Amino acid sequence: MTVPERTLPGKTVPGKTVPKRVVVVGHGMVGHRFVEALLARDTAGAWGITVLSEEPRPAYDRVALSSVFDGADEMSLRLPALDAARVDLRLGVRAESVDRAARVVRTGDGERIGYDELVLATGSYPFVPPVPGHDAPGCFVYRTLDDLAAIKKLCSSGAGVVIGGGLLGLEAANALRLLGLDPHVVEMAPHLMAVQVDAGGGALLGRLVTDLGVTVHCGIGTARVLTDPASGQASGVELTDGTVISASVVVFATGVRPRDQLARDMGVAIGPRGGVVVNEACRSVSDERVWAIGEVACADGVVYGLVAPGYAMAETVADRLAGGAAAFSGADLSAKLKLLGVDVASFGDAHGRTPGALCVTLNDPVRRAYGKLVISDDAATLLGGILVGDAGRYPMLRALVGSPLPADPSALLAPEGAGASGDGGAGLAGLPDSAQVCSCNAVTKGDLLTAITSGAARDVAGLAACTRAGTGCGSCVPALKQLLGVAGVAQSTAICEHLRASRAELYEIIGGAGIRTFTELITRYGRGRGCDICKPAVASILASLHTGDHILDGERGALQDTNDRHLANMQRNGTYSVVPRIPGGEITPAKLMVIARVAEDFGLYTKITGGQRIDLLGARLEQLPLIWKRLTDAGFESGHAYGKALRTVKSCVGSAWCRYGVQDSVGLAIELELRYRGLRSPHKLKGGVSGCARECAEARSKDFGVIATENGWNLYVGGNGGFRPRHAELLVADVPTDELITIIDRFLMFYIRTADRLQRTAAWIESMDGGLEHLRDVIVADRLGICADLDAAMARHVADYRDEWKAVLADPQRLARFASFVNAPAAPDPAISFTVERGQKIPNRPLLPLEVL
Amino acid sequence: MSIQAIEATVVRVPRSALVPEQGAAVLLPSGKSAAVFMLHDGSVHAVGNLDPFYGAPVICHGIVGDRSGAPTVASPLGKQVFCLRTGACLDDGTVSLPVFPVAADDDMIHLSIPVHEAETDALTS
Repeated sequence: MTVPERTLPGKTVPGKTVPKRVVVVGHGMVGHRFVEALLARDTAGAWGITVLSEEPRPAYDRVALSSVFDGADEMSLRLPALDAARVDLRLGVRAESVDRAARVVRTGDGERIGYDELVLATGSYPFVPPVPGHDAPGCFVYRTLDDLAAIKKLCSSGAGVVIGGGLLGLEAANALRLLGLDPHVVEMAPHLMAVQVDAGGGALLGRLVTDLGVTVHCGIGTARVLTDPASGQASGVELTDGTVISASVVVFATGVRPRDQLARDMGVAIGPRGGVVVNEACRSVSDERVWAIGEVACADGVVYGLVAPGYAMAETVADRLAGGAAAFSGADLSAKLKLLGVDVASFGDAHGRTPGALCVTLNDPVRRAYGKLVISDDAATLLGGILVGDAGRYPMLRALVGSPLPADPSALLAPEGAGASGDGGAGLAGLPDSAQVCSCNAVTKGDLLTAITSGAARDVAGLAACTRAGTGCGSCVPALKQLLGVAGVAQSTAICEHLRASRAELYEIIGGAGIRTFTELITRYGRGRGCDICKPAVASILASLHTGDHILDGERGALQDTNDRHLANMQRNGTYSVVPRIPGGEITPAKLMVIARVAEDFGLYTKITGGQRIDLLGARLEQLPLIWKRLTDAGFESGHAYGKALRTVKSCVGSAWCRYGVQDSVGLAIELELRYRGLRSPHKLKGGVSGCARECAEARSKDFGVIATENGWNLYVGGNGGFRPRHAELLVADVPTDELITIIDRFLMFYIRTADRLQRTAAWIESMDGGLEHLRDVIVADRLGICADLDAAMARHVADYRDEWKAVLADPQRLARFASFVNAPAAPDPAISFTVERGQKIPNRPLLPLEVL
Repeated sequence: MSIQAIEATVVRVPRSALVPEQGAAVLLPSGKSAAVFMLHDGSVHAVGNLDPFYGAPVICHGIVGDRSGAPTVASPLGKQVFCLRTGACLDDGTVSLPVFPVAADDDMIHLSIPVHEAETDALTS
């Protein structure tokens, strides 16, 4: 027998069993999952694992690729790192060939790596149809982070065309939209996402994405890619009906093919449409030492293009290598997706292909939702369905597939709260134990209940750790929460491992026990030395309760989060931004000139903020006191842009100038901003005042928004912009100014006392039993009898307010925090440098230590 | 080949310049910096100050705490947590901070900086 040549990282110790070696070719999501699954099962260390990754970076969440253009960075897409002690991960190393007889993989750089078992997880490559011009510069595919980087580099403005209106095509269209292009989608089928949804769902999907700025061309092919005669660069596409779309970027998203060249060269059996032919163990039918998982495998004649079946195959092979007998017997192709913010779900027999199947359809143009349920010919069993626009019911409906219908089908499709099963938890309670709740990881309701009742899982994180449920697409997380509720588990509200209390409880403990320091709190009520979760939360509570103290004094300085720590907002290169308060956005030309001179003298980048003030960026730590000396001398004070605190109260010009204004919105905004400045809270707070119903101050997007009426003011609460925009709701109408201020006082103080850490007012009201009605009961009708307390707390805040920056400048000890180095207090950090863009300085992007890899 | 401990420059910081559980940046002869932390029990740890995720010199401004008893600092930018004893990133096994040996007495903290960190002799205090 040939002894394979080995280049193992581990050492051979005489007399000890040498671990068997598995080589994984491909480090995508499925390859990664295989390694995790094998590590989890192989507690004895029987396997040495080598992973070859052609991409220069470890595995990342390819499903969430377009989120890179939506604020996510590469790091946030990365999958959890593999244990470097147990896995030899070779990045940027391609498997060139395999000698099956010798059981050796030869890499691109000529290394020979021996294997006992070989797992192919090479995934797929994008299929590009051979239309003329498809290979011109400016044509792209959409598959890897490198593809995205290439698209981003070329993108400027104008239109971008995506060929293909399936899942990937709409993802690509979203990416182009986030890059600032006007996306066009060209799809040969009569409607979008023809694989997943039917004509009715596709039509609504088309309308919804059109509203989002995507131009949809369905039922038409692409004749050719047009190129610029001078540069050869793609300049658009011509469709088969002669329509021309000018575009700077063309992205092909016309499907994928198994990446099976390595396997073909190895001589193992390949399926008719590609893919390594494998049996139910995911083992090649040609070589028992070769396995294939994910999109490169052809199982029972099918090549699966979704991640969930790939995960199931990865688990199967890991189980087999660990001595188990797991089998992969086809996969459920159910999926819930969010494309351009539009929910699309299809599950089970979505297209009604079962003989005699009946369909119940609900097309609601007002709610902009489409739902279809496919049921058996006796109308007793749910077979599948499609949801577009609102897929909130997906986890419950998908879990019901194959089960008797618990209610009338039309009730199951009705909007939440309207039908008999408006309570999703009740729907879950009615499911059989065999119903799958997490389809990504094939976790059934029974599995979850076992984990809960055995005490192994007490919360969603615990369920994820025990069963992996919720770790894939995440769409079942609400169902997991409901299930915990159904099983009678109270959700843990502990803030972190150090303090087993919620923020609201901590507020009561600190206030009630008169605690003034973190050390006292953690010694009496917690354990360890705290962390970046509990320390800032306690710092905020101490600031709310002890309004006379400076937040940087004594031990408190060490509790403050990144920005509070130096009373400025830390930017990505370690410099800071400075935002002086400009109450209500009103400022004199003389004060504007002070800001301009400070910015010029310190070389700061300037930008107008959304809160009607001016951001000065690029200040070094040691410059902050010098900058603030100039600003405070001119009458400015801290804007608290760095704090979980009141930011601004935005206003329109109001009745002083505006022809439509009915009240003095600027005057009220200034009064409110000065009243609440410096108020520390669970999250940032924003306010707005509009002088008439035209609402130019966008007050309803704020935590508290005031809109003038002929008779006084309307107060709206619980609005926010950000990740999940929400309009504030009317709390009281037509109140005079003094009453208005009293109610806002109580609203803010009640929020500060009872909200969770980093919970904005919107989520706080939503989580309140009784919601807005309850809030009105407490702070207007004083149903709990706490209004006098709330009023007194706010009076204390107003009386004790001092400008934090002025207090720093007056105290040498506080000023000592602003030294750049302990051994060179005023030296600028040589690691910080800038470049110039559009006439202003911006941070130099450093070469990250991580990128040196 | 001599052992590494000999090929080191010592940078000194007075203990009085450190505040418990608040980091401080120490400028190194190379122009890079170290983040030095004095914990509540008086022990001192020094790691590289450059955040490996952002490339910015900010680790000294992170919140000090513990994870399951091991002393940690959280990056002030991305909140990744690093072990102060080993420099290992506890949220990403592929990343770590360099750790500098520390000798501390009642008055003075002595950091041993490997010579390859110390390209010039300027600025050593």
